[in-house]
Amino acid sequence: MTGAFYLAALVAAVSTGLVITSLNAVHALLYLIVSFLAVAVVFFIFGAPFVAMLEIIIYAGAIMVLFVFVVMMLNLGRRAIEQEAGWLRSRIWIGPSILSATLLGELLYLFGSGILSQAGGITVQAPKQVGVVLLGPYLIGVELASMLLLPGLVGAYHLGRHLNSEDA
Amino acid sequence: MNAVPLSIPLAQGMLLAGVLFAFGLIGLLVRRNLIFMLMSVEIMLNAAGLAFIVAGAQWEQADGQIMFLFILTLAAAEVSVGLALVLQLYRHFQTLDADAMSRLWG
Repeated sequence: MTGAFYLAALVAAVSTGLVITSLNAVHALLYLIVSFLAVAVVFFIFGAPFVAMLEIIIYAGAIMVLFVFVVMMLNLGRRAIEQEAGWLRSRIWIGPSILSATLLGELLYLFGSGILSQAGGITVQAPKQVGVVLLGPYLIGVELASMLLLPGLVGAYHLGRHLNSEDA
Repeated sequence: MNAVPLSIPLAQGMLLAGVLFAFGLIGLLVRRNLIFMLMSVEIMLNAAGLAFIVAGAQWEQADGQIMFLFILTLAAAEVSVGLALVLQLYRHFQTLDADAMSRLWG
């Protein structure tokens, strides 16, 4: 599993380096999603399966979808059609595909070799333990996080609503 | 099955977190596109969370994962407000260049 860690770390570093060097925002988003998936594998190897799932669902899922929405909204018009044609060329998606295939092969190897169940040397923190600690000593932190999310929601709604009402 | 004695040293995970954070910092300082700057901030937040997870695994406590959950919440709130601001700025300036917004026009 040490080799799995180094492979996932390599994928994460390479894809993150490609995020900050690519010129097209959509290409950067593809690499960023691959980077988050690789970091999720690292979390899993470090005995944090619950957080690894959250990394995929929230980071690579929800937050990246927000980015994709905004990039698509800013690219309206005839330029979008040319871009759509450009995205179908294979050299655009071949890089993220290779990196994702590396992660997939690593996942299949880990499941196939059966070393996931023993996780030698690393104590797996099960979701139950995380939940007990989260809603026990850290309950005030959960309340503070909810107080942070509410202004975030109100702020995003206010800014977005202003935009729509002036466009109409 | 006997567990293979394996320990990924703390330094390796911290090194990965440091490398990812450095990439995010470089991206934030070098790029002038607001979307890319927000993405770099996400990379840096993720790297900080990775450091917490590695430390939590080292001390076999769940506290590192709790801290990652809070960082996740912070990132979600930050990116929603940040992207709404990006939309507003694009409407005002018709560009995503951060240098074009270096003056406050009121």
